[in-house]
Amino acid sequence: MLQIKDLHASVEEKDILKGINLEVKPGEVHAIMGPNGSGKSTFASVVAGKEEFEMTKGDVLLNGEDISELDPEERAHKGVFLSFQYPVEIPGVTVTNFIKTAINETRKAKGLEDMPASEMLKKIKEKAELLEIDRKFLSRSLNEGFSGGEKKRNEIFQMAMMEPKLAILDETDSGLDIDALKIVANGVNKLKSDDNAVIVITHYQRLLDYIVPDYVHVLMNGKIVKSGTKELAYELEEKGYDWIKEELV
Amino acid sequence: MSLKEKLLSSYLAFEDHLEADSPIHDIRTKAIKAFENQGFPSKKEEAWKYTSLNKIVKEDYSIFPKAEKTIEFKDVKKYFLHDVDTYKIIFVDGVYSSFLSETTHDGLDVCLLSSALSKDKYKPVIETYFNKVAKDDSLTALNTAFAKEGAYIYIPKHKEVEKPIEIINFATGNEASLMLQPRNLVVVGENAHVQIIERHQSLSSHAVLTNTVTEIFADKRAHVDYYKIQNDHKEASLIDHTFIDQERDSICKVHTFSFGGKLTRNNLNFHQRGEHCDSVLNGITIIEGKQHVDHNTLVHHAAANCESHQDYKGIFDENSTGVFNGKVYVEKDAQKLDAFQQNNNILVSDKATINAKPQLEIFADDVRCSHGCTIGQLDEDALFYMRSRGIGKKEARALLMYAFANNVLESVTIPELKKRVNKLIALKIGVNLGFDL
Repeated sequence: MLQIKDLHASVEEKDILKGINLEVKPGEVHAIMGPNGSGKSTFASVVAGKEEFEMTKGDVLLNGEDISELDPEERAHKGVFLSFQYPVEIPGVTVTNFIKTAINETRKAKGLEDMPASEMLKKIKEKAELLEIDRKFLSRSLNEGFSGGEKKRNEIFQMAMMEPKLAILDETDSGLDIDALKIVANGVNKLKSDDNAVIVITHYQRLLDYIVPDYVHVLMNGKIVKSGTKELAYELEEKGYDWIKEELV
Repeated sequence: MSLKEKLLSSYLAFEDHLEADSPIHDIRTKAIKAFENQGFPSKKEEAWKYTSLNKIVKEDYSIFPKAEKTIEFKDVKKYFLHDVDTYKIIFVDGVYSSFLSETTHDGLDVCLLSSALSKDKYKPVIETYFNKVAKDDSLTALNTAFAKEGAYIYIPKHKEVEKPIEIINFATGNEASLMLQPRNLVVVGENAHVQIIERHQSLSSHAVLTNTVTEIFADKRAHVDYYKIQNDHKEASLIDHTFIDQERDSICKVHTFSFGGKLTRNNLNFHQRGEHCDSVLNGITIIEGKQHVDHNTLVHHAAANCESHQDYKGIFDENSTGVFNGKVYVEKDAQKLDAFQQNNNILVSDKATINAKPQLEIFADDVRCSHGCTIGQLDEDALFYMRSRGIGKKEARALLMYAFANNVLESVTIPELKKRVNKLIALKIGVNLGFDL
């Protein structure tokens, strides 16, 4: 699904990612953990195609195809989805209208007709129920005045609507109380299949109780310094990151 | 002969046709002198610093169209709010078109200023209101001197006018270039409510200069919703002067939608005379090419416990230029006031310009006055967010601009108009709305 080889990236000539290697296969869940400033969010943004970051070296392959030169929307059309750590507020565009536009633009890029209105409505209803989203919420302006939890739930709602091949969840657990966390995790788990993959970026092991990873990677100073199974997450929760730093020395 | 000279000599001819005992004869005589003394405003005047009329006044305009030209409803239907029932006062090249209009005297007057000026039964209203709030700056005075035709709207007290009133001035292009000076008078009685839509529309690429004056009087508890749709041809220029006089507890809202025209200048003057008045001034400007839109607003607060809200949004592309000059004047008795002014602009191109100048003059000591002004580009984070959801760069930009502008529409009270303006915005920005409005 996703192959990342020796990925280097910088912003304003400052190197942030310094040689990341990662392979994610269909059906897998990978967790990326690491201390603040280790490059986790940069990694997510680079894979999604944010232009502010310059990819200076390496390959990003999606199903064998190099996507590193593609625009963000082209990557989305190929099935990449990024759930934002800080979803942007867009006053004047409702949640429903935004998701309709996103879906139909993606269909257009694939040479498909717009999704019939009845099908769209049915899908919106179904996915809103999955994430326990109130109908009134859907006619509000996108993210405007939403609580932290509502923003994150809305991100996963959009993910459910878009049905991506590769979803990257950037700190989706931050700002969520335990009930909201369970709803979001349940949503992600329901969407999981043998054909898609999820990368979960998080500070805390808490989310991984609900979205159980096949692999856990530790990102430090722009590199993956340790990989393991979900037990590694518990170890990090218990001991912090210092012991890895020591191990590296 | 300069346009000024031409106007002055035309006035002599114009005056010959008028009865010397016309109630407004003295007003006209004073007005033409005021214009003669001041001439057209130049950039040396503070209020015209960023808007030059130099090129506009070089054109050789016909002051009085020679031949009448009729137009078919089907050809201009799109300029009407045709999907709802409305009163209509329509002028073609400055001449009233009874064929396109739908006036009334049934419980209210929606008719012509020319008949109000000539018939005795309107005399008390004319004497009480005509030219009472219009100022004597040169262009307003010029309009007053030539004031002859326009809309006359009189709403008696407690009258709720359900049908919106449309005032449309068409220019057919019958003349090589034409100057129009419509004059509107709107008197809204105590506790009455009216909704008015005003539009100036050129139907050809010939030059048009419209210098229009509207006086609006809102009595106690009156409620006026006034909409200006400015989406004219790129050779058509508009100088609009609207004066609004508010008595206590009245609510007056003016929405100005400036989407096109060569040069558009909106002088919007509110005067609050009684307590608990509310004035709302909303504007959306979306222009490109070499178009120029100048909003010059004044809210004069003379009484306590009042409010005013100004919200102007502008999107400027290519070489277009914009001006926002918003003034709030608070007299020393206008305590407990809440005056708010917001002006947000997006410059889409490197060559577009906006000059924004908020002005507050406050002589009271217990008021809340705030103003905010932003000039910026589109938010890059918002663009990336939208693109990461599969929305292409062009569409994402358009959608952001659309969203930026359209929240000003929330206060539009006529659903059909709201829909129409929404579509105009979408069209202007080139956003393909894959959703319902």
